[in-house]
Amino acid sequence: MALDGQKTAYKYIGTTPNRPDGLDKVTGRARYGADISVPGMLHGAVVRSPHAHAKIVKIDATKALAMEGVKAVITRADFPEGLEGEDWDLQENCMAGEKALYDGHAVAAVAATTPLLARDAAKLIEVTYEILPHVTDVDEAMKDGAPVIREGAADFSVPEGMHPNVVRYFDSGRGDLDKGFAEADLIIERSFTTEAAHQGYIEPHACLGQMGADGRGELWVCTQGHWFMRRMSTAVLGIETTNIRVTPSEIGGGFGGKTTIFIEPLSLALSRKAGGKPVKMVMSRNEVLRATGPTASASMDVKMGMTKDGRITAAHGTFRMQGGAFAGAPVDVTTMLAFANYDIEHVHHIGYDVITNRPRQAAYRAPGAPMAAFATESVIDELCRELGLDPIDTRLKNAAKEGTRATFGPKYGPIGFVETLEAAKAHPNYSEPLGPNQGRGVASGYWMNWGGETSASVAISEDGSVTVSVGTPDIGGSRASMALMAAEAFGIPYENVRVNISDTGALGVNEPTHGSRATYASGLATIRAAEECIGKMCKRAADKWGIDAEAVVWEDGCAKPSGPNAGEFPPMTIAEIAGEMGGTGGPISGHYEDSPAGFSGSFGTHVVDVEVDPDTGRTTILRYLVVQDAGKAIHPAYVEGQFQGGAAQGIGWALNEEYVYGEDGRLQNPVFLDYRVPVASDLPMIDTVIVEVPNPGHPYGVRGVGETGITPPLPAVANAVRDATGKRICKLPLRPSRVLAAIQGKEV
Amino acid sequence: MSKRIHVSTTVNGDEADFLCDPRETLLDCLRDHLGVMGVKEGCGTGDCGACSVTLDGRLVCSCLVLGVEAEGKEVGTVEGMAAGEVLHPLQRKFIEHAALQCGICTPGILVAAKTLLERNPDPTETELRYWLAGNLCRCTGYDKIIRAVMDAAAEMREAS
Repeated sequence: MALDGQKTAYKYIGTTPNRPDGLDKVTGRARYGADISVPGMLHGAVVRSPHAHAKIVKIDATKALAMEGVKAVITRADFPEGLEGEDWDLQENCMAGEKALYDGHAVAAVAATTPLLARDAAKLIEVTYEILPHVTDVDEAMKDGAPVIREGAADFSVPEGMHPNVVRYFDSGRGDLDKGFAEADLIIERSFTTEAAHQGYIEPHACLGQMGADGRGELWVCTQGHWFMRRMSTAVLGIETTNIRVTPSEIGGGFGGKTTIFIEPLSLALSRKAGGKPVKMVMSRNEVLRATGPTASASMDVKMGMTKDGRITAAHGTFRMQGGAFAGAPVDVTTMLAFANYDIEHVHHIGYDVITNRPRQAAYRAPGAPMAAFATESVIDELCRELGLDPIDTRLKNAAKEGTRATFGPKYGPIGFVETLEAAKAHPNYSEPLGPNQGRGVASGYWMNWGGETSASVAISEDGSVTVSVGTPDIGGSRASMALMAAEAFGIPYENVRVNISDTGALGVNEPTHGSRATYASGLATIRAAEECIGKMCKRAADKWGIDAEAVVWEDGCAKPSGPNAGEFPPMTIAEIAGEMGGTGGPISGHYEDSPAGFSGSFGTHVVDVEVDPDTGRTTILRYLVVQDAGKAIHPAYVEGQFQGGAAQGIGWALNEEYVYGEDGRLQNPVFLDYRVPVASDLPMIDTVIVEVPNPGHPYGVRGVGETGITPPLPAVANAVRDATGKRICKLPLRPSRVLAAIQGKEV
Repeated sequence: MSKRIHVSTTVNGDEADFLCDPRETLLDCLRDHLGVMGVKEGCGTGDCGACSVTLDGRLVCSCLVLGVEAEGKEVGTVEGMAAGEVLHPLQRKFIEHAALQCGICTPGILVAAKTLLERNPDPTETELRYWLAGNLCRCTGYDKIIRAVMDAAAEMREAS
């Protein structure tokens, strides 16, 4: 579909050149968070609470400070008082105040001359705790008599009479539920739970911070967003934002988990206390799992009605989510997206954000959406089974399309949900015969994508090559996408573009690489900044030719007279214009900044075949298909990579990954051996189909593809296990013991 | 602090000496004492494979080997894979197949895959998946990694 002003024929977009940072990353040269050292550097270590909930009575660092080589110890007393709201939450989470709120909560930190010495010194810091009753389960935390995590944490939205652990409440909907359910031939209601899953990035959090007594300094850090890092870290330390310059390292995965702060303000505070010596801090995996943000866990009730011919008449969902000891479980998004794939007249959502004695949740790929999809898409699967309907045809019958009023309010623009369903149905995987103990599951999902604050610059070099400076860290190949978009805009080879991820000193504020926004928003800014450069180059050529700038056009990397009336001049290449720019007006660059609002969501449909071992309950993924709308795939190989990676994470969440808390409130599995992410032998090849329904809000039609892929796998796998075993399991993960119990007819 | 021990070893064919605390792992020593930063720590418990190196040709997690155990041995890391400016076929195929996203697991997977192909130049997909089961990748879902290694193996067989 051609849209006004939107390109449809491309020279570089849609090709798959090697990524610019590939060589560094296959040779070990790329520098990640822990890979930088500077002279005089100290090493930091954190003392963490072994208790789920405890009053901090006393912290005695005498023995640690007496050790040779120990340079500084900090506690909450080294941070300013009086912070409020989100800033207080951040500070409290980075360093406990009166109480330790979860197993792993930081209570003190130390800097010493070697990493081993810092760890030894941390062990000598004596903390006296008074253990308090704890609660780690969302449903338990809402009950009368549950331990109160913090009085007064609830906001205005929470109705009176609820437990103080309920801190936010959401209620939205439309239509007449009674009428809708009365129209249904079949109503199904089920209750579901999902456990917390961790993003599981392979690179633990790491940083190198330096700050002097004047409160000025620098931070080298692995982060998805260095302006967020700067704002949050300085807020927690009570200093002005601009005082800290933040440089992002290469980032070894984030998936949302590196959009906030943990150890970074500690390294700065330790540095200041140690006389301004730089302090390097690197988390262990144990710390990552215990103290950084996993997802929220969820407890949900979903009720849907359907007519015999497959029309959804009404939907109701109640979603209870805990996101650790602070408000912020993404239940707002969960309620928003629970039924967003479908055109439903009568719909109602209720959401509870509940605090517990667990680490503060952080964003994880489509935060809030996979849990809702698990519930909704499982109920739809049950409805289709009981009514004898095809799951794809039924979704097609109810699918949101352009003009549909979304269940969360606005009308959809051009979207590609129907196209993903049609492509899934036509794919050979959907008609592959199944054997004994095998089953097929279908599910769909959605993420609305995001724009966000964006600032980017493009500069022309003296030889006509181009430097693009963006503020969104490259977490999965976005430099290649930016270079392709710049190459397309200028009409110059991909190799002639270099993309830098600039530090906080070089550009205006940029939101992180999150919400599937980088290729959309930084890409849009790159194209617009390139267009500003092109305008300037056309003017230089016009001045040289003595004609109006309006009489010059830009084609294939050259300025040309727009037609015979403009005059007869040979085209000037970008290299020719750049070569003389010093004498024709000086450097040529372009800049663009915006919070672009033209983002548009991405729908996906997954089809999975599983085999369940009836003797062990183990589920094997036989085939997996991801179909998703990219709008326009700038670098299709990295789009496929996002689809495949999202699917793999969702499969892990569905089958194996979970936070296991003991009776003592301690995390039982803070190690990759027991927190079991998918390994190569767990997965087959992951088939992909890229649907392209262009987003009119981006010059090349980009939607953003990162998030959606993790949403359908939870229900798709559960639906496949249902198909293979005849058992509907409403709790994730579908670990072998749980599936076996279901097969044996036991309660799960 | 414990008494430091002098260790003489070989890293990617070059002699190397370092002083280490007996508690320090080979991973710590490579990174902190020798500056071999291509070796990554993902877990420190031998579960993720990001620190994979060869020790006298044997594939190990360097986080599970003490630094002092490298005495007199030959350590191989990702930094030793390319011959000058000519990349190892695995390195080239990883770039061509988009087999990395964040890239933090890539050095370990390259070292592990190279060790497999030296023993078994023609692995099946299943053999390869099980060989790499000790190397976690959280970004790719492994699809493109498997394709890149299989393609590199085919090219290496043809060339030999």
